[in-house]
Amino acid sequence: MIFEGLAEKLQNTFQKLKGKGKLNEADVDQAMRDVRVALLEADVNFKVVKDFIKKVKERAVGQEVLQSLTPGQHVIKIVNDELTELLGGTQSKINISSKPPTVIMLVGLQGAGKTTTAGKLANLLRKQGRRPLLVAGDVYRPAAIKQLQVLGDQLSIPVYTLGDKTNPVDIAKGAMEHARSYNNDIVIIDTAGRLHINEELMEELQNVKNAVHPHEILFVMDATTGQDAVNIAQSFHERLGIDGVIITKLDGDTRGGGALSVKAVTGKPIKFAGMGEKLDALEPFHPDRIASRILGMGDVLSLIEKAQSTLDSDKAMELQRKIRTQEYSLQDFLDQMEQIKKMGSLDQILGMIPGLGKMKQLKDLKGAVDEKEMVHMKAIIQSMTPKERNDPKIIKDSRKKRIAKGSGTKVSEVNRLLKQFEETRKMMKQFSGMEKNLKKGGGFKLPFFK
Amino acid sequence: MGFFSKLKEGLTKTRQGFVAKIENLVSGKKIDDELYEELEELLIQADVGVNTAIELVEDLRKAVKERKIEDSGELKNVLKELVADIMGSEEFKLKTVNKPTVIVVVGVNGAGKTTTIGKLANNFKQDGKNVLLAAGDTFRAAAIDQLEIWGNRVGCDVIKHQEGADPAAVVYDSLQAAKARESDILIIDTAGRLHTKVNLMEELKKIFRVISREMPDAPDEVLLVLDATTGQNAISQSKLFAQAAGVTGIVLTKLDGTAKGGVVIGIKSELNIPVKFIGVGEQIDDLKEFSPQDFVEALFEE
Ligand SMILES: Nc1nc2c(ncn2[C@@H]2O[C@H](COP(=O)(O)OP(=O)(O)OP(=O)(O)O)[C@@H](O)[C@H]2O)c(=O)[nH]1
Ligand SMILES: [Mg+2]
Repeated sequence: MIFEGLAEKLQNTFQKLKGKGKLNEADVDQAMRDVRVALLEADVNFKVVKDFIKKVKERAVGQEVLQSLTPGQHVIKIVNDELTELLGGTQSKINISSKPPTVIMLVGLQGAGKTTTAGKLANLLRKQGRRPLLVAGDVYRPAAIKQLQVLGDQLSIPVYTLGDKTNPVDIAKGAMEHARSYNNDIVIIDTAGRLHINEELMEELQNVKNAVHPHEILFVMDATTGQDAVNIAQSFHERLGIDGVIITKLDGDTRGGGALSVKAVTGKPIKFAGMGEKLDALEPFHPDRIASRILGMGDVLSLIEKAQSTLDSDKAMELQRKIRTQEYSLQDFLDQMEQIKKMGSLDQILGMIPGLGKMKQLKDLKGAVDEKEMVHMKAIIQSMTPKERNDPKIIKDSRKKRIAKGSGTKVSEVNRLLKQFEETRKMMKQFSGMEKNLKKGGGFKLPFFK
Repeated sequence: MGFFSKLKEGLTKTRQGFVAKIENLVSGKKIDDELYEELEELLIQADVGVNTAIELVEDLRKAVKERKIEDSGELKNVLKELVADIMGSEEFKLKTVNKPTVIVVVGVNGAGKTTTIGKLANNFKQDGKNVLLAAGDTFRAAAIDQLEIWGNRVGCDVIKHQEGADPAAVVYDSLQAAKARESDILIIDTAGRLHTKVNLMEELKKIFRVISREMPDAPDEVLLVLDATTGQNAISQSKLFAQAAGVTGIVLTKLDGTAKGGVVIGIKSELNIPVKFIGVGEQIDDLKEFSPQDFVEALFEE
């Protein structure tokens, strides 16, 4: 149910293939047809797909299937490995110059997310002890300067602007002087979005580059970009010599094949991924996770890491035990909601697992973690006696009335909470069952069930 | 410049790349598997989507067999017919019977909503209509200022609240204002949102509840703005926005770039949502009406 997409398809393809042994050419051909469709559906560029399939096929034919895996899983493993390799290692580092200020320039198409990313990047670098200066270099789009100023205000990070009547080259030069006299060790230049085929505007970027010699020119790209991604990235790279890529809007349900294609054609690392509209939603880019996302296997690794860093592991163990033994109570439900909240918005978390958002029970759980509703739910649970929390079955009409009154809510809300709790409990049971199977098969883990 | 040539201008790039390749491809070649495969790739490259492309090529094969076609040069015309079949021949116009006509513009972040509203308002203004805009994006930094600048350019008023205000309240006020001022057209901007964010989609639904409570026949149009560079995710965007907002048409922006915009074929065939406008630049007059028939014509024209 969770691992929709390619993984599932390949399992079906290989169902016919009993036992283990060597992968022969016909098997692999069949599988590669599925792989091709999956990659193209994920917006990986068709040329990249072609090369990739060829490479994987060469590697797979004649291979001994690993003892621990089924043939389907084995092919997935090869595909996954190759994809991860194609995406490169983790390189979420910014070249920091030994002679400050370090100059970072953000470039890309209209609407890619440069301005927001500038704010996020400044925020991230400041957390690392830097003193960034934001530079409003988009003099074309209405209110672009104001947008950066508002972000600067929100972050209390200075924004350098000369209004929209000065050309971007002079703005960049002025910003450098400003940074030197105000001791800013990082200068982040926002630029106007432009088409890669717009000669005049591409030349303008070259002029900015020649004027201030950025240490990092980062190409900002929308994760939903389709087949044209390679042409666009290649044009920017040829004109400017980019140093890296930032993928934005990866918090949606896009598979992000464009990102892979851009890495494949420019050879430049994807350094960060934008994971939401909030100013702390810029994360290091993990090639392995994008690989499994492209393959439709979900970003399970990200989830595990998130869960590990926020969930108290004793608590998680205890929770798992309770779920198995059906002792899972409303108190646990409350604790868990709070833990989930600490991990970020549930939307964000669920977004990492393609297909999971479709589960009905999860939709209800999503409702449950709505911020405002959470306050209500907390109040409702806190108005219950410990006995009621441990054994919600005993909550009948008169108790419901009392609880509603005590928490300042309505009986219908109490009912809803009880229903959601019941469904969550059921879902948890399913998950823990699934987890056992997965452990046998592939070794993927889910959060809460370490 | 007539409508047809304007549209053609907008589609030149789409056509150039696409047609040039088809030309190379089909002149004097043998009709074989390799040729079909190349045609399939061409469609995929235009973001038509692999499944739609496979279907189209299957249909092409069938048609070739049925009609006993031997000249590879004819394949292009047949493929053109097939795409035309999907796109339909109907021309979609905006519904403007109610007064005020209420148009809501929705879409993911950065698709081109606010710019499209500026252009659209200008089109209506040119037709002598009285236009009012509503700054329903109270979330993104300086989104209100951006819409106001467009309002100034076009010469129409903008109803706004503070940043961070409830968008539904802005919409409520704009409806009252449009009625009181007897505006012909009210265009409502909304914050960009990813279609997968349940809470943000709920917020959108709330806006629609306010609209239908205040004006039972409204909105007349709900336009989903799609960036033409978007790949297959556009299908998911269309699906979920259609569910939450009852999308009546699509505006396909940024067709002045090199992206082919073939994703609309997939969207039309899978979801039956028509494209109503295309954006071909950042200037005020860069919004063109979309005609499916002309789109296909221009796409395959020599
Ligand atoms: N080249 C080109 N650029 C466009 C077109 N339409 C919009 N843009 C640009 O795309 C960028 C984003 O447009 P906006 O109108 O701000 O998009 P939006 O959907 O309102 O964005 P948010 O409100 O931030 O979600 C701006 O730089 C626009 O000038 C078009 O048809 N062609
Ligand atoms: Mg906007």
